[in-house]
Formats: sequence, structure tokens, C-alpha cells
Amino acid sequence: MLSTLIKQLSTLIISLLGLTVLTFILSLQSDTPVHHFQSDNVVIQYFEYLQFLFNGDWGTSSIHKRSVLKDFLQHFPATVELIVLAMLLAVTAGLALGILSSTRRGGWLDNTLMTSSLVGYSMPIFWWGMLLVLLFSLTLGWTPVAGRINFAYDIEPYTRFMLIDTLLHHNQYGFSAFLNALHHLILPAVTLSTIPMAIVARMTRSSLLAVLKSEYVRTARSKGISKQRIIWVHALRNALQPILTISGVQISIIMSGVIITEYIFAWPGIGKWLLEAVSRRDFASIQGGVLALSIIVIAFNLALDFISIYLNPRLRRPS
Amino acid sequence: MIKKSNENNDLMIHSSLYRGTPSPTKLLLSLVALICCSCTPSQNKEDSKEKDLLVYCSEGSPDSFNPQLVTSGTSYDATANIIYNQLVTYKPGTTEIAPSIAKSWSISNDGLRYTFNLRKDIPFHGSQIFTPRRNLNADDVLFSFNRQRLENHPYHGISGGRYPYFKAQSMERLIKDIRKTGEHQVEFVLTRPESPFLSILATPFASILSAEYAQQLNRLRHPEWIDNKPIGTGPFRFERYEPDAYIRYKRFDDYFSDVKRVKNLVFAITPDAAMRFARFSAGECDVMSYPLPVHLRVAQKNDLQSVQTPGLNVAYWAFNTEKPPFHDAKVRQALTMAVDREAILQTVYDRQATMAINPIPPSSWAYNKNITKVTYSKRKALELLKEAGYENGFSIDIWAMPIQRAYNPNARKMAEMIQQDLADINVDVRIITYEWGTFLSRVSQGLHHSVLLGWNADNADPNNFFSPLLSCSSSVSGNNYAKWCNNQFDDLILKARTSSEQSERTQYYLKAQEIFKQEAPWLTIAHANNSVLVQPEVNGLIVSPIGNINFEGVTLQKPINDSATPGASN
Repeated sequence: MLSTLIKQLSTLIISLLGLTVLTFILSLQSDTPVHHFQSDNVVIQYFEYLQFLFNGDWGTSSIHKRSVLKDFLQHFPATVELIVLAMLLAVTAGLALGILSSTRRGGWLDNTLMTSSLVGYSMPIFWWGMLLVLLFSLTLGWTPVAGRINFAYDIEPYTRFMLIDTLLHHNQYGFSAFLNALHHLILPAVTLSTIPMAIVARMTRSSLLAVLKSEYVRTARSKGISKQRIIWVHALRNALQPILTISGVQISIIMSGVIITEYIFAWPGIGKWLLEAVSRRDFASIQGGVLALSIIVIAFNLALDFISIYLNPRLRRPS
Repeated sequence: MIKKSNENNDLMIHSSLYRGTPSPTKLLLSLVALICCSCTPSQNKEDSKEKDLLVYCSEGSPDSFNPQLVTSGTSYDATANIIYNQLVTYKPGTTEIAPSIAKSWSISNDGLRYTFNLRKDIPFHGSQIFTPRRNLNADDVLFSFNRQRLENHPYHGISGGRYPYFKAQSMERLIKDIRKTGEHQVEFVLTRPESPFLSILATPFASILSAEYAQQLNRLRHPEWIDNKPIGTGPFRFERYEPDAYIRYKRFDDYFSDVKRVKNLVFAITPDAAMRFARFSAGECDVMSYPLPVHLRVAQKNDLQSVQTPGLNVAYWAFNTEKPPFHDAKVRQALTMAVDREAILQTVYDRQATMAINPIPPSSWAYNKNITKVTYSKRKALELLKEAGYENGFSIDIWAMPIQRAYNPNARKMAEMIQQDLADINVDVRIITYEWGTFLSRVSQGLHHSVLLGWNADNADPNNFFSPLLSCSSSVSGNNYAKWCNNQFDDLILKARTSSEQSERTQYYLKAQEIFKQEAPWLTIAHANNSVLVQPEVNGLIVSPIGNINFEGVTLQKPINDSATPGASN
């Protein structure tokens, strides 16, 4: 167990170092330097660069003169909120749909679900988002077009998680602000969750089908255990392992998806911030943002590895 | 791959045994129910009416809340007419100078001394960290200009110490001294007569900040807050800015003018024009900035209102006169005749513009009405080319600006149309474009052959078109992308700039426009309208020809036949 841990951690450190080397080399190419180094030696400069990063000095935006790290942290909660809800939606709905279609294998429902998941899987997200806005916001008027909350609610950003902040303003607005914020989250979250949901649904279905034909399920069935108990207690738990692995890979899909989703819905998170930085040639923000996002993806994958190890005893043994 | 093999292998084991399991269905249904419980239509519109809230869908994030530090229109929109005031201003919707902080002024006979008498009843905003103890006086005016002007000023180096607009207008060379001649009187001493000076003082960079606030921030050891926690005298006070999301303002109740205003003003930052229009259509904002021509057309069809005014801008096709064959005026003239500008107005501007005949728009007092437009004639163009010795044609490059501006919504399309037109007179066109920053820097270096660009004036004086775009000095370093230097023309616009008699200035400019037409360094294409879209309940919004948004005098009123359907209002 311990050696696996060490192995994983060292992978993390190596990939982080590789990442910083990459961003450092990129930063050398820019004609407006983000950091000013004392040494002329590139190797020493790299260590100075690392020191800057550790001290939280990720540079200052050349456009609006704000600290890049501070800016990133300010925009991050909006992104996290969106990703968490989208992931929640993708995993729960994906699981449910996968289970549903595996239990009706070959039926019309199964076929419909699998076809639509294939469509969802291959949908260009910006187009899909626009379609959803067109239908639900502009034609039906069910959901807002963009933004995080109606401006009639004056929400002081304490945590910058709108759902939490609106609850903190409970005295002022009751739950209506919270519901309004949730209402604003639906369409972006649905847009963002479409691709991962389709993948999770397909994965759940095939993984569950594989488990369902195994010997022990047949034994359980022959003993007269109810079909629901078989699925929920025996099959699903064993089918979860590959689903979890697949969900982990989704983070990079989600990360690239979130940039587009935020742009479509004028969602003030990392994606919108990065795109804005690109369009204004704000190199310091682009560099800092890319570095931070990559760190998050790496860290997330590592965390997921640990969870898999914890869940699956077979992986705990070092190979 | 894995998925596939699994699916194929388990064909036989499946039976109808599992059919009809209710749980997953229930799970799905409850999920849908969960999502939909928050779908209940909220009372968006009712809420905003009650709170007297006006939402303006703006096109981008401001770079700073101090207009002295920036040159972007987006930053000016969020500050100049909202938080601050200037010594003088423009009468709403016109290019005429009117009093603001200065109630009156006088100019010495030699045109070198401008004396301003300030109003005494102008309070500054207060905030959590600042309570003003006095009204605006001459010290604040001195502080605001000296910070930009004097390198040893304690605030000069704060927030980067660059004052791009001040520098671009070479104000440090123009202003010799600024003196406090009384508690509420200041005198500007100039090094040379500069007749556009009053117009320059009405621009955003000349906003007046509080000297008392600066002292307070010095005590707090946070001088940089002056630029991001702004205090001004304007109609609204700054409340909060969430980067890339929104800016929130509150009505300043002690404002020195009793003009009507809404209580809450929000700038909802929405860079994508299509999304901005969608938000506007859904009733999420009351005013929408920079609608595209297509939005205006849709708005017209759906009885949405737009407020438009002819803008102080111009779109042009500049010929690099340093490069053959454009060094020959005959060739330039021939090309101006060969382009069908009517078609461009129709296709690119959707008729939301007027054809440009002179470099300045017709609303300017210096406009030469006697100059007639170049008639579109391919035959004449061919004749002229023949005279110039180019009857066999030649090939040129057109650089098309890659971004969208009100004055030029689609340069690429424009270039393609010109390409078509010129093919008929044996001129072969190659269209070139770069990313905007690269584009500008390469064009400044004169690497282009000809370029499609535009200009938005930042003050109403005609000099703001002639000097930066067509003078000899601007052909060396500046925005003269035709690299055109005509001594006679240059002499005229210099005389016009230093003369203080408007009738005299007009004469110079009229003559200058004649020379421009003969020499044809540009094909002038269009003057686009400045426009915003507004909801029916918005009253009193006036769009300025100069382009900065102003919410003074804007109120919200329920339309009479209020069907009150929240959400979908399109």
C-alpha cells in the first residue's frame, strides 16, 4: 500500500515538474516577460521561476494589473460550481440511464437510449448549448439565457460559490435567491454534462451487462434472489470500478467543455477568463491559467487513482 | 473497444427476466422532478421593476476604473459618464460643448490661457473607506491633471504610471502649466494655441478624481485603490465589480444635477454579440450595447426598439502611398471609382450607415457639402488606369481587419466584395488578415499594401480625424496608414488646429477636404450609426455620436399594456 502511494506521489511530482518546465520554456518565448529574473543563466532562472510560483507570485496581468493567481482563485468557484453540478448530473443520470438500458437490453428503450447517447457523445458542445438556449430560454422561456443570478438579487460574494452565497443571504431574500441561482445553473450544467453523461451511460450498460452474465450472478439468480437486489447489491458494485475509471478520464473532457460552456452562457469562471485573456493577449493570465488548470487535472486524476486503489483490493498490491 | 466486445459476448444470457424493474425508472423520474422544481418561473421582471434596476448588457470587462489609465471604449463606458464628470461635457446627443464641473470659462485672446470657474456645489461619493469632508474644488482638478502630467507627482507611478491617452494627445507638451487661481478657479496655460482644447477636456481621460481621497488612501497605504475602488462626482457611485461578470452601481443621491436616474445600475458583461442579443430578447437586460446590423433588422421585425445616432466614425480603405502602384494618384482614384459602395452598405452594414464622402461625417461643422461622391463607374476607372499606364492590370493585397467594430462590422466581407469589383478592371486582389495585435503592429510598420480599417473619434473636433489619420507626422508614427504626406494639406490642418476663429477653421478644413478628394489616399466607405437596443420600458436614453454610454436622465416605466409574462418576452 505504502509503496503504491509513494509511486503515485512521485509520478505527481515528476509530472508537475515537467509541466513547470514546459510553461517556463513558453514564458521565455513571450516578448513581454511575466517575471523578472536576476540571473542570466536559464537553469537558475528556472529555479527562480519555481520560487516565484511557490511564493504565489504568478505574475500580474498586463491588461488590468491584477494578480494572476488572485484572479484565478476569484474565477475558480464559478467553474467548480458548474463542474460539480454537471458531474453530479452526468454520473447520476448516466448511471440511471445505463442501468435502465442494460435491464431492457435489445428493447426499444435500450435502443433509443443508446442511439441518443451516441448522438450526445458526438455532439459539438457549443452547438448543443446554443440549441438548448434557443429552445428552453428563447422559445419556451423556462430558463434564463445567461449569467449566474438575476441582478435583482444583490449578492455580496463571500465565498464566490453562488449557491452558498445565496444561502448566506437567506435573511434578505429567503430561498428565492438560492432557487434563482440554481435555475441559472441548469442549462449550463446540462450542456456541460451531455458528453460525460453519454459516456457514463454507455459504460455502465456494458459493464453491468458483463457482470450480469458472470457465474456468481447466475448463482444468485438460481437461488431466487430478487432481480433488483441482484442489480443493486451484487452487480452494480462490481460494475462500478470501470465506471469510476472512465469518470476520472472525463475530467479533461469536462475541463475543455467548461471553457466553451462558460463562453456560451457568459458564465464568469475560468473558461471565460482564459478566453478573455487570449483575446486580449494577456500572456501572464494565459500562462498562469493553463498551469493552474493542468495542476488541477493532474491532482484530480491522482485523487481518483487513490480512490480506485481504496475500492479495489487487487490494485493495492504493488505489481 | 472494450464496450463493443462486451456487448457482443453477452447475447445469450439476457432474458426478459429483468424487464419491468421500476427502480431505475423511478430514479430517473425523481431526477427530472428535481431539476424541474427549480424551473418555476421566477418573477424576474417584477423584481427588477420594484427595485428600480436597469441592466445594461455590455460587451466586455473594463481594464480599469480610472479612465486616465486606459484607451478602451469599454472602460470609458463603465466610468466616464457613470462615476465621473469632466470640466466640460457634450450636450446630450450632440457634439456641442456644455458646462459640467466648470460652470463657465474664458479664453485669452492669444488662445493660450483657459480659465475655468468651477461649481461650488459638487460633492464626491462616499464609500466604506472614505467619507468626503469637502466639495470639489480647484485642488481636485490640479490633482487629476498633474498626476498624468508631472513625473514627480506622488501618484504618477501608481498602477503602472502610464497614461496612454494623455500621451497620445501629447498633452504634456501642450499644457505648460495648470494654476489654481482661486478656491474654485483654475487656469490652463498652453504652449501653443490649440482650438480643439475644450473638446479634448470633454474626453474621458480628463475626468476629475478626488485629491482628498488620494490623501486618505496614502494614509491607508493603498494608493492603488484610487483606480479600482473609484470615487468620483458622477451620477452613480461604484458599488462592486466581479471580473468578467458584472459591475454594480448605485444612484448617487447627492449628485449636483437633479436629472432623473434609476436607483440601481448593473453592467452585465456579455462579450458574445449573439448571446447579448439572446439575453436582451429574453428580457434579461434592458439595454444592449453594440447590436450587430442583423440584430437591428430582427429587432425591427419584432417591434423591439433601437436608439441610433450617426456616429463620429469612418470606415476606409487606405492605399499605402509609399508602395507602387499606389504612389500614383490616378491609380488611387481609379480604384475608388471601381468599388460599388452601395452594395457594401447594403450587405455589410445592412443600411445602418451612411456612405462616406469625406473623411469626416456630415454631423461635423467642418464638413464640406460641396464635394460630391465619387460615382461608381468601371468604365471611367479603366480609362484612368489606361492613362496611368496600367491597362493590363496588376495585383494588390488588401489587409482586412480581423475584428468587428461598429464602424466596420465585417472587413473580411468588405474585402471580398472589393475583390469582386476589382476583378472587372483586371486588378487581382489577395486578401490578408492576421490576429488583431499582430495586424495592427504590422500595419503600423507599413508592411501592408492597402488596408481596410476604421476610426472612431474620441472627441467631436474635426481635428480628431485629420491630425491622427492624415497628417505628415502621423505617417511616420501614428495612424496614417496611407503613409500619405501632402504638404499643402498638412499646412491647412495645422492652421485649422491653431486658429481660434471657428469660421476661419472651417475654411481651412473645407479646402483640406478638397485636396483629400483629389489625392484620394483612401476610399472613404461609410459612417456607421451608433446604436443600442432598448426595452420598451426604458425612457430617455440618448446615444451620443461620440459613443460613450450615458445613463443620466434614463428611467424605467412600465409599458401601458403590461401583459406581465416573466421570462419569455420575445
